[in-house]
Amino acid sequence: MTATVHSKPRRRQGEVVIARPEHSKESPLSVHAMTVAYNKKPVLWDVDYDAPANQLIAIVGPNGAGKSTFIKACLGLVPSASGQVEFWGDVYKRARPRIGYVPQRESVDWDFPVSALDVVCMGRYRKIGWCRPVTRKHKRAAIECLDRVGMASLAKRQISQLSGGQQQRVFLARALAQESDLYFMDEPFAGVDAATERAIVDVLRDLRASGKTVIVVHHDLQTVPEYFDHVILLNMRVVASGEVADVFTQENLQRTYGGRLTLLSEASEAIAQAASGRR
Amino acid sequence: MIGLSAHLGSFHSHGRTSITDVTDELPTFAEIFETLTFQAGFNTNMVVLGTTLLGLAAGVVGVFALLRKRSLVADAISHATLPGICIAFLAAVVLGHEGRSIPILLTGATLSGIAGVLCIHAIVRCTRLHEDAAIGIVLSVFFGAGVVLLTYIQKNASAGSAGLDHFITGQAATMVTQDAVVMVSIAGVCLLLVVLLFKEFSLVCFNESFARATGWSVSLLDLIMMALVILVTVAGLQAVGLILVVAMLILPPVSARFWTDRLWLLVLLSGLIGASSGYLGSSVSALLPRKPAGAVIVLAAGVLFVISMLGAPARGVLASLVRRLSLNMRIASEHLLEAAYEQEGRPIPGDQIRGLARLRAWPLWTLPLMKLTLNRKGYLASVTAEGWRLTPAGLARGAQVSRNHRLWEQYLVSYADIAPSHVDWSVDQVEHVLTPELVAELEHELRMRGIEVGAS
Repeated sequence: MTATVHSKPRRRQGEVVIARPEHSKESPLSVHAMTVAYNKKPVLWDVDYDAPANQLIAIVGPNGAGKSTFIKACLGLVPSASGQVEFWGDVYKRARPRIGYVPQRESVDWDFPVSALDVVCMGRYRKIGWCRPVTRKHKRAAIECLDRVGMASLAKRQISQLSGGQQQRVFLARALAQESDLYFMDEPFAGVDAATERAIVDVLRDLRASGKTVIVVHHDLQTVPEYFDHVILLNMRVVASGEVADVFTQENLQRTYGGRLTLLSEASEAIAQAASGRR
Repeated sequence: MIGLSAHLGSFHSHGRTSITDVTDELPTFAEIFETLTFQAGFNTNMVVLGTTLLGLAAGVVGVFALLRKRSLVADAISHATLPGICIAFLAAVVLGHEGRSIPILLTGATLSGIAGVLCIHAIVRCTRLHEDAAIGIVLSVFFGAGVVLLTYIQKNASAGSAGLDHFITGQAATMVTQDAVVMVSIAGVCLLLVVLLFKEFSLVCFNESFARATGWSVSLLDLIMMALVILVTVAGLQAVGLILVVAMLILPPVSARFWTDRLWLLVLLSGLIGASSGYLGSSVSALLPRKPAGAVIVLAAGVLFVISMLGAPARGVLASLVRRLSLNMRIASEHLLEAAYEQEGRPIPGDQIRGLARLRAWPLWTLPLMKLTLNRKGYLASVTAEGWRLTPAGLARGAQVSRNHRLWEQYLVSYADIAPSHVDWSVDQVEHVLTPELVAELEHELRMRGIEVGAS
């Protein structure tokens, strides 16, 4: 495997857009020239990335680097200003049944009147389809998923009565219930206890062993080499991506986390200011 | 006394058919019974039936509006209906129709309610204002426009305009059979859609981004939910009035939420609470004709809310007060156990208990409660002139607490650099809530640092 290090933006303005490279059918995720903006303020610039199949992939980068945005843009949850995303050489809509998602734990109100089992069943709603009830068969499958994260005994517990780590495991179990081939996980390790961290790592390794690909937004640099095969260093653009052994170097980290505002973020600021008419 | 007069009263109130006959005296028991059992005449029956079904539909739909955090949008919708009602009236008169025709007026109400929702969306989308501000703007501006139009109609139009202002505070007594039939179908539609789309609605309310990522059309589901809210709101205009109809969507679900953590039960209870408020409210107002039905229905829902808030077993205010008090009692009594353990099981004299109470700032009235707590756990052997004597079990618990206390102190001392913010918060409480797992973890942490905390 080769490591790609993008030191310069590929295209200058005015340049003819080069015919995009043929995306391989093998790659579970191919992102080409993706740019995303929130309220006219760009947060991701011209991201190119091809995910290798059957690997555990970490996305790391400082706060505000666009890690979650990258995942959300891939899943069509935030509109991208430009660029293409393909899954196994196919568009998102067709690939969707093969894609699982673990949102950030803080993104929902946990004082919602459902049990852990109800939440995990949500992972199967798409398979069940419009207007049909959740059958016993699906409930059994959901309990199995809870069991895989060590939570089967808490299936009936109301979700607000679970600890933070247990809530995170419920989200993971829900993604497992989707029975996908590619998983996106947004900060699953954030603020969890040691038992949950071990449970998540075990599940990740299980998934890899059964041929799945997992892309994880990760904040703990220390555990990257231990948990992951591949890494994307992200700071508004892809600073470097590739195998952990090749890419996860002091120099690349320095370039990703470098203290000053990058030229890109200053440019973003300028665009946002111009759009809001303050300039 | 009441029972006697009721039996007597049942004779001469017989044959009463219309609610307009009722005088403003307090109703007899028989009259109350008749109204509540649908024997008080056809008109009253229609009103009671209609408002009960309205309450049911609003309670069921309100659950999802609440969980989607859209309850207040319903308030904007209801206020936004007024200009639509007035415009519909004017248009009907201009076109030579009967202006007060209810279907025409409600069509106008629906259209301008929808316009209100669209305005909220437009404001949120195109500006930096948040939804709360947008709701406030739409609610007040539309209502203002409605009041201007209404005043114009009342000054200029023919006598046919009388009664338009009933939409503001509602007049359930004007409900006729046709309205009750409409209410039956509205409640039916709401129940059917909620049953069919139960899992879809709950998914969108709980986790919108996951719903979208898994391919559900969130905008379609939101649209259906909003349509149900508009339907219920417009249906409630006549009976409850546009100012208060939002209460029918909010009060039942929040009351029901105190009683249950299960969504289907929440929907069921909320529907029941809504239906009972409609039923009780309209019955009471039928018996006291000068009381506007809408307001009485909302008051009934309010009473049910207060009962739920105070009395619900798990989430209610009283229950959580009791829980907090009993935790405090447990902590206080464990301080006693600890003191007893530290003086090697000798009885604790009353002076010392009072001293302890002063030190820990326990009010003295808690001492009997504490005695009760200790007794119930089997920790207290006897209370004599000598003082309180503990059982071996009590002393064993005292030993445990004392050790936990020292473990925690030792942990804070050893890890002062990482836990300074926790020192104030917990030093007096945490040893009482440590689980066996946490104790084991503490022991492990301390052992790693070469610190052993012995039995005594």
